[in-house]
Amino acid sequence: MFNYLKNSRQKQFIFLFTIFLILYFFIPKNENNYLWRLPPLLKDLPLMFNVLLDNLMFNWFTIPVWDPDWQMYEDKTLFRIITRSISNLVLFFIIFIREVFLGGFQTVNSILGDSITDANTWISIPALPWTAVVIGAIIIGYKLEGIRLALLAGIGFFYVSVFGQWEPSMQTLSLVLFTAPVCFIIGLSLGVWGYLSKRVEAALQPILNVAQTMPHFSYLVPIVVLFGVGDHAGSIATIIFATPPMVRLTILGLKKISPEVIESGLMSGCNRFQLLFKVLIPTARRDILIGVNQVIMQCLAMTTIAAFIGAKGLGFNLKVALNSLKIGKAAEIGICVVIIAVVLDKLSLAWANKQKDYFANLNFYQRNRLSIFFILLTVCCSVVAFIASYFFPEGFNYLYLIPFNKGLTVSPILDAFVDWIWNTFFYYLNSFNIFLLTNVLGPMKQAYLNMPVISTFVLFMGAGYIIGGLRSCLIVGSLILFIALSEYWDRTLITLYMATFAVGVSAISGIIVGSLCSQNDFASKSILSICDFFQTFPSFIYLIPVILLFGITDTSVMIAAIVYASVPATRYTVEGLRSVPSSLHDAGSMSGVSKLQRWRLIDLPLALPHIMLGINQTVIFALMMIVLGALIGTEDLGQLIMGSLSRPNGAGIGFTLGIFISFICLAVDNLIRTWADERKKLLGIE
Amino acid sequence: MNDSLSINQKPVIKCESVYKIFGTNANKLLENASGPISAEEFQKAGCIIGVNDASFEIHKGEMLVVMGLSGSGKSTLLRCISRLTDPTSGKIFIDGEDLLEMNSKQLIELRRNKMGMVFQSFALLPHKTVLENIAFPLIIKGLATEESIKKAMEMVELVGLKGRENYFPRELSGGQQQRVGIARSLAVEPDIWFLDEPFSALDPLIRKEMQDEFLRLQSSLHKTIMFVTHDFDEALRLADRIAIMKDGIIEQLDTPDNIVLNPATEYVKKFTEDVPREKVLKIESIMDKYDQSLAGNNTVSKDAIIETVAESILESKENLTVIDVNNENKPIGILQPKKVITVLFGK
Repeated sequence: MFNYLKNSRQKQFIFLFTIFLILYFFIPKNENNYLWRLPPLLKDLPLMFNVLLDNLMFNWFTIPVWDPDWQMYEDKTLFRIITRSISNLVLFFIIFIREVFLGGFQTVNSILGDSITDANTWISIPALPWTAVVIGAIIIGYKLEGIRLALLAGIGFFYVSVFGQWEPSMQTLSLVLFTAPVCFIIGLSLGVWGYLSKRVEAALQPILNVAQTMPHFSYLVPIVVLFGVGDHAGSIATIIFATPPMVRLTILGLKKISPEVIESGLMSGCNRFQLLFKVLIPTARRDILIGVNQVIMQCLAMTTIAAFIGAKGLGFNLKVALNSLKIGKAAEIGICVVIIAVVLDKLSLAWANKQKDYFANLNFYQRNRLSIFFILLTVCCSVVAFIASYFFPEGFNYLYLIPFNKGLTVSPILDAFVDWIWNTFFYYLNSFNIFLLTNVLGPMKQAYLNMPVISTFVLFMGAGYIIGGLRSCLIVGSLILFIALSEYWDRTLITLYMATFAVGVSAISGIIVGSLCSQNDFASKSILSICDFFQTFPSFIYLIPVILLFGITDTSVMIAAIVYASVPATRYTVEGLRSVPSSLHDAGSMSGVSKLQRWRLIDLPLALPHIMLGINQTVIFALMMIVLGALIGTEDLGQLIMGSLSRPNGAGIGFTLGIFISFICLAVDNLIRTWADERKKLLGIE
Repeated sequence: MNDSLSINQKPVIKCESVYKIFGTNANKLLENASGPISAEEFQKAGCIIGVNDASFEIHKGEMLVVMGLSGSGKSTLLRCISRLTDPTSGKIFIDGEDLLEMNSKQLIELRRNKMGMVFQSFALLPHKTVLENIAFPLIIKGLATEESIKKAMEMVELVGLKGRENYFPRELSGGQQQRVGIARSLAVEPDIWFLDEPFSALDPLIRKEMQDEFLRLQSSLHKTIMFVTHDFDEALRLADRIAIMKDGIIEQLDTPDNIVLNPATEYVKKFTEDVPREKVLKIESIMDKYDQSLAGNNTVSKDAIIETVAESILESKENLTVIDVNNENKPIGILQPKKVITVLFGK
């Protein structure tokens, strides 16, 4: 028996699955049976987390601080002072950038003090008229790349203004313009540090893993407790979420540099700083740029979520629109977010690729032509807008800012379209929906809930043992044990069922689409750019069309998750299959394989490690979307995490549940990565 | 050769029993060593020997080619002398200064002003254009951008890349990329030029072309050169002296002629066996002592490679007079045509 199992992994898995099934059917459902459900020993974890936060903020390290208003010393905790000053600093920058776009007096106020500004009410930063910002965008686009980017930027910002989303858009933009550079700087520094020191990298790795896989909602409440509510809190939440990919890509890029390039830098006489800033970072530029790109995308993806803790901007409006089911409005705002994402993405790429001309012998005017042009036009626009304010004495000055209810809108048309779809296809959509719910999702959910805890453990730890030996087995086991000892095991099972379904469908569709498209160059390129395009969308955008089609059900969330999570599966499949060396194809052809045989016998085995890394991403994407799905109502962990937002003392629960989701991701990640690494080594790839 | 030079000048590069051992307790094991150490003993202790007791000198304007197969420690030796790696023990002097005693500031100064290096995989900065790559060491050195670019432009012309100065490395062929690498290493006008298998990654035809180009450059620049290669023919073509390395030990260090005529070890002999001698040996190495009575009327330069003059020598019936072109055509020996036949066809 033992020898029989020793050599074939396939047989080992069949054996494992048999044990799983036996346990599944023979463990009785009994709340007191520890094989059925473990006792919630870690029940108090959320509470402990709350107490910890409480003590940090209100009890520990108190120092007396002079309060000028009350003319007396007041005891404040050190930690609270620190977090509050961070908040104030962040808020100052965000408001400053915002007031450049929208005008205001807060920045001046905070520098000069109330007494001066109260006496001179005219002191304030004047708003840039939207026309000037559009012209600015066009000029920057032109300077960085040329007429195409200028048009894209111009039309994008023009759309935003004309459709009455100017104010929230600029609020969002100010948030991004502060957050993205901060993420970039923190990410780059941590990345470089991790590259230079093995120990730092080892310490960073688990933190990055958790920060990247934890659902955004779960750390919102702790952030509110620490930093308060508002734009700064949104910005800090965004930084936590958007920095890890930057760190990771920086380390990755730096490690890829060939030692000879570093030696050539040394032989050119670089000192440490020159080596870092002139050789290492620029050479790793490709990966670092992808990092920057991801940072910008993540920042925009966080805007809606940050709206939950008081960040102003498009996200807030979108949340309101989604909550009141104004699909047309939501779509319009969603398009604005996508536009800003695309424009910032392209501008940042063009900026990084910009080349310097050493031979153009230019005078001052020629060098600064565009800046002068911009200043002149801004002044013109402002003057025109100022004069125009006499023509619109009572109402709004459309040349400064088009208010949200006065802009163009296509939402009635969109709403009508939605109605039409509902009226025409309701029957079909609904019957599909009901079919899916009653015949697939419902039974699947029940099956998951009927799973005894012991069989779950056997399945996961067994898989860990077969793939990665004792080490993987123990890691996966302890990650799951942590969840199983809480009182949220049933909820976790619901999340797991949704994730399994979404990942299964995404993986299959991704692999099929990817395999088909990788058959020729044009299709591969097209599908990769489609993937790029879809990844530009902030995640919650996916929810808009599905609500439109399926209403508020598990199906909607499921479909959003499937579409969202198919992207990495497809991308990695195409990449994996395309990287199979053509000499192998030739060898296959000479052995007389058919196309299908080639795919099955040559392409797939070689590409599988890479495809599996894609599936790994798919799991994370799907879980993210499922938790986000709580926005439109589900009953899994996500819903509890969402609920924690509005609960007093929700910090502990939200955070703990977030960790759970993250642990599920990490367990899957461990299994897949161990397998893929071993497989790659075996195949001699990389 | 440069024997006459070496006597009255101090060497530019001088190594005294340099060892490079990879492994944790290499220092301890090496404490009492003198002369070549046993590789087996060190391997047992978990160490790998890179360079084993290397001692030699390179003089001003001389080109030393270090030749060896992969794993012979030739690149490691080069990296010790450029101090990209620190040798485990031994002494290295650059222009009489102790390289290993230098702090990082002195080392940076040395590299900025005295050393240039060319790499096997070109090691160009991918984000910079040809011009920017070549100007890089100058900018690092602190020269004004304008001046650096001007200087770099001269270098572009020197290596024959004019018109491509705004290309990126990825847009160039291998040969062109290495021209950029060469230009970059020469930009600061270094005295010492390190080349680490510079032509190994190139096609044979391009390699030949680059070697010619390299000889042309050297004939006008007269740098002190340490050139690493695994190609024995390349070594013979370029070198003033060749050091042949095996397992970290320098097996023989001599002029190409002497290595071909008198291989010191069996290992060296394997390389020399198939070498067409007429393509390597100079007239000097087969001439007899000058004797006015035997000397003929026709003359031949002592530095001529046999192959290039063989035809005319064989046509002449009488002995030839060997002259020193560098020394007012002074006759220094006689050459019997039958000796050329011996070289060409064996005994």
